[in-house]
Amino acid sequence: MAGLELDPVLLARLQFAFTISFHIIFPAFTIGLASWLAVVEGLYLKTGRQVYEDIYRMWIKIFAVCFGMGVVSGVVMSYQFGTNWSVFSDKVGNVIGPLLGYEVLTAFFLEASFLGIMLFGWGRVSKKMHFASTVIVAVGTVISAFWILSANSWMQTPQGFEIGADGLLYPTNWLEVIFNPSFPVRFFHMLTAAYLTTAFVIAGVSAYYLWRKLHVEHAKVMFSMAMLIAVFVSPLQLFIGHMHGENTMHHQPVKVAAMEGNWEQGGNKPLYLFGLPNEDTETTDYGITIPNGASWVLTGSGDGVIPGLKDVPKEERPPVATVFWSFRIMVGIGMAMIFTGVIASVLYFRKRLFDSPKFQLWCMAMTPTGFIAVLAGWFVTEVGRQPYSVYGVVKTSESISPVIAEQVLLSLVIFIVFYTLIFGAGSYYILKLIGKGPIESQQAEGYYEHGHETAAPLIAGDHQGAR
Amino acid sequence: MFDFSSSWLDLPLIWGGLIAVAVLIYVLLDGFDLGCGILFPFAPSDQSRNTIMNSIAPFWDGNETWLVLGGGGLFAAFPVAYAILMPALYLPVILMLLGLIFRGVAFEFRFKTQGRDRKLWDASFHIGSVLAAFMQGIILGNLVQGVAVTQRSFSGGPLDWANGFAIVTGLALIFGYALIGATWLIWKSEGNTQDWARRVARYVSAYVVLGMLIVSVFMPLNDIRIQNLWFSLPNMLYLSVIPLMTMAAFLLLWRDLHSNRELRPFLMAVLIFLLGYLGVLISIYPWIVPYSFTVWDAAAVSTSQSLLLIGTVVFLPIILAYTAYSYYVFRGKTSDEIHY
Repeated sequence: MAGLELDPVLLARLQFAFTISFHIIFPAFTIGLASWLAVVEGLYLKTGRQVYEDIYRMWIKIFAVCFGMGVVSGVVMSYQFGTNWSVFSDKVGNVIGPLLGYEVLTAFFLEASFLGIMLFGWGRVSKKMHFASTVIVAVGTVISAFWILSANSWMQTPQGFEIGADGLLYPTNWLEVIFNPSFPVRFFHMLTAAYLTTAFVIAGVSAYYLWRKLHVEHAKVMFSMAMLIAVFVSPLQLFIGHMHGENTMHHQPVKVAAMEGNWEQGGNKPLYLFGLPNEDTETTDYGITIPNGASWVLTGSGDGVIPGLKDVPKEERPPVATVFWSFRIMVGIGMAMIFTGVIASVLYFRKRLFDSPKFQLWCMAMTPTGFIAVLAGWFVTEVGRQPYSVYGVVKTSESISPVIAEQVLLSLVIFIVFYTLIFGAGSYYILKLIGKGPIESQQAEGYYEHGHETAAPLIAGDHQGAR
Repeated sequence: MFDFSSSWLDLPLIWGGLIAVAVLIYVLLDGFDLGCGILFPFAPSDQSRNTIMNSIAPFWDGNETWLVLGGGGLFAAFPVAYAILMPALYLPVILMLLGLIFRGVAFEFRFKTQGRDRKLWDASFHIGSVLAAFMQGIILGNLVQGVAVTQRSFSGGPLDWANGFAIVTGLALIFGYALIGATWLIWKSEGNTQDWARRVARYVSAYVVLGMLIVSVFMPLNDIRIQNLWFSLPNMLYLSVIPLMTMAAFLLLWRDLHSNRELRPFLMAVLIFLLGYLGVLISIYPWIVPYSFTVWDAAAVSTSQSLLLIGTVVFLPIILAYTAYSYYVFRGKTSDEIHY
């Protein structure tokens, strides 16, 4: 029965999609959180205000949980290229291998070592050294993003290489490889997305405190900082995203055609607010459109020519509906974030920023949207690259390991089951920490003072407690 | 484009050496924290368990990064080796990663819970550590036996890795990590925990001797090349230094475990690991995919190895420096203090 045959390519893709989607949630959050914690600790050192220390101590615990989950799910990624995509690794290893090597050398060790000091070094190192550790971890997360986005962008817009007689790719110019055309804009787009994701989590949590009238002093500080990001960074992200779109139209026109649900190349193309792309009839049905919208957004003029899916044969097109809808989800959330910033500004000038329960409920509802937008954005760019793993150079179907489908299926099931369990537990502990708030979460859990000099009397417990 | 390959700079050999060093550092560092996980449920009290956890909590993340460097370095410097070995060791690698996930999350989750929930994460920490150690041993056992290769791909079956010798090396590595973990705890703890660690180390070291003996006998029997390497003159004279030093290290360790010495048992355990590792390395040299690809056959193009070598020469000393700093910050005895 053909219907029961397992497709190893599909399974390997599902596995990669699942494990990388799970993984990216944590860096998306910890990149922003590390920078924010550095700012909070800096403010604490500068002002000496207790409120900053409390906030730092609450969020560092959440940071630790997320960072831990990010590390363990990240180790999986560094081996998955080999287990499931060995032919890809063999072909392109010469080019992207060194980029990943640099990520480990310049970022991973930095983050891991100073995280230890950040989490457990309070009281062991000076306050300034502790602050420096936080800053170093924050910088490490950004360096890590730099390299991994360079590698990913190279897969989208490959250059600086040649194909040898043996079919393998050989680098010819490292600067062209690292700073490939889509890298700068993708890097800033992702970094900004990470900051927004974190800001909206902090906004949601502090809005909850304000709404319940808990920890009001702390909540006001957190809420103000988050809203500052919402006001200024969300519109910036729209601008960066727009540049990213133009960049993609130039280098990966078919992806943009899928994002717009546009089949025929031409001018005066509408912007679909809603529509159902149909790959059989090669049309986008039931469209609710803004006339000339897509042409105007992408080219700056209503009659600007934008690429169509029919520019390439069917087997060269990505799955259209996934790209089309993921794009709309991402942009929709981006707009909601900008809207949040606008409302926050209005409330601020009316001196009611902390006093609107409706706005607090809105911010609580916005809490997870950053994560959803990040995932949707990655779906656009990764699914939009199909059927290639290295755009225009290596097909995804020609990248897979010579392993049997059952192995891939088994490991996929294992990952789904155990990631779900661990994700569930992690989320539960984070919600519990949020529930306890900035004061109680410290009293309830003092491991933060691990190794603190006051430990002396408790060492005696070791002798008594053991039999 | 940088290209350092020349008659006096053998890049593939340098990279083979660097990856061997990265894996060695991984084995030694994650060895002691995996070992702590392996011994965890046998600790005499909950305070002891807190002490054990605290003694490794600031380090485990950095220790595990050496594994990422090993994998990433293999991918970058020897892509075809990575592309053959990962599919060949598919399930052991996946299960090892799974084990590392379970023990890794246990650090933070354990701090957040009490009572039965904490017991759950204690179990997760222990089982994850044992699973990761066992699978690493299985990977080692398969590497020394070699994997089936056709052209540039693995051509064996999905369960080739599950063989008797690999299971022995898997078990041996569990005991090996337990030994290095126990001696780490002798160094970092005091009182009951330390007494217990000392007793455990004595018990475990006997099994480590047994495991190393089996491997040392099996490897030359299994492969004529290894036999010729170790048992022909004059090699035998030079190489006999390794087993002799290993014996001496075991004797010193055994004496130290019956005295009050705190640091030297750990150093002896490290030395034993180092010597065992050296023995394996000498046996499989110069193969990176035993026995089908040498480091020279599998090397990435020299421009790629050159670029990464610059990064390594610049950053590795820095990494070692701040890693040492982090160990310095958390020097001395660990307490069990967690006031929940």
